[in-house]
Amino acid sequence: MNINALWAYANPKKFIETTDRVLPAVAWIAALMLAVGLVWGFFFTPDDFRQGATVKIIYLHVPAALMAINAWLMMLVTSLIWIVRRHHVSALAARAAAPVGMVMTLIALVTGAIWGQPMWGTWWAWDPRLTSFLILFLFYLGYIALWEAIENDDTAADLTAILCLVGSVFALLSRYAVNFWNQGLHQGASLSIRPGERMDMVFKLPLYVSMAGFVLLFVALVLVRTRTEIRARRMRALLARERMRA
Amino acid sequence: MIPDLGKYAVPVLASYGVSLVLLAGLVWASLHRSARVRRALDEIEGRRKTDG
Repeated sequence: MNINALWAYANPKKFIETTDRVLPAVAWIAALMLAVGLVWGFFFTPDDFRQGATVKIIYLHVPAALMAINAWLMMLVTSLIWIVRRHHVSALAARAAAPVGMVMTLIALVTGAIWGQPMWGTWWAWDPRLTSFLILFLFYLGYIALWEAIENDDTAADLTAILCLVGSVFALLSRYAVNFWNQGLHQGASLSIRPGERMDMVFKLPLYVSMAGFVLLFVALVLVRTRTEIRARRMRALLARERMRA
Repeated sequence: MIPDLGKYAVPVLASYGVSLVLLAGLVWASLHRSARVRRALDEIEGRRKTDG
């Protein structure tokens, strides 16, 4: 496969034509996987011997946390493409992904707090992973606000790309904080491969399905929102031309 | 139909409730804005064609 062929999708028209074909399939598979994963996890898994029925929260909390971090990493890659190659579609894809990542981070924080209360006896602790997730959430808010605050699209793309680079530190910290600082309430990786820490397949299989559902939902939403941003950008350009003519 | 969640019924149901509302809101907001922008762009492009 010729990797250079990928740059063809940086053309807005080509991007919209391609996603016209791909999007319905991605959206339907995402809905199916999410429904199967969550129904399986909620209705057909046993209680955990230590955590009781609260283990069912894992089917929302872990996939949302996974996407909170990976959405930012996707924004990092598309922001770098914007900085290096100046493809508008990549900057707009980063902009499109931010609200999706923000909601995923919010779900991870809220479900974590609700889960933490009965397990740790507190809704919140200034634990490394929890704190880095809260900072990641604030970075999402700042990133979205910066896009909204700047009228010129190219300037907004430049400045938000820099903010994205800085925020990537917290995206990485929220993933590896537990490994860096061996303290706090939050456990290590949920899907550990170390002996003695392995999750039983009865919990793991629906979790994998739910994670796949969240990934595909993210992809579908980012495609929808990128198409919207492409159209909104064209609309702003046409309106500017109309104003100049008037 | 709902499994017996015992003393953890409130946290489990609250987690699912909040998350599903947030996800539904996100999907709705994305589709709603998509339709709104698409209509507005069609209108502007239609106007351009009419005006030549």
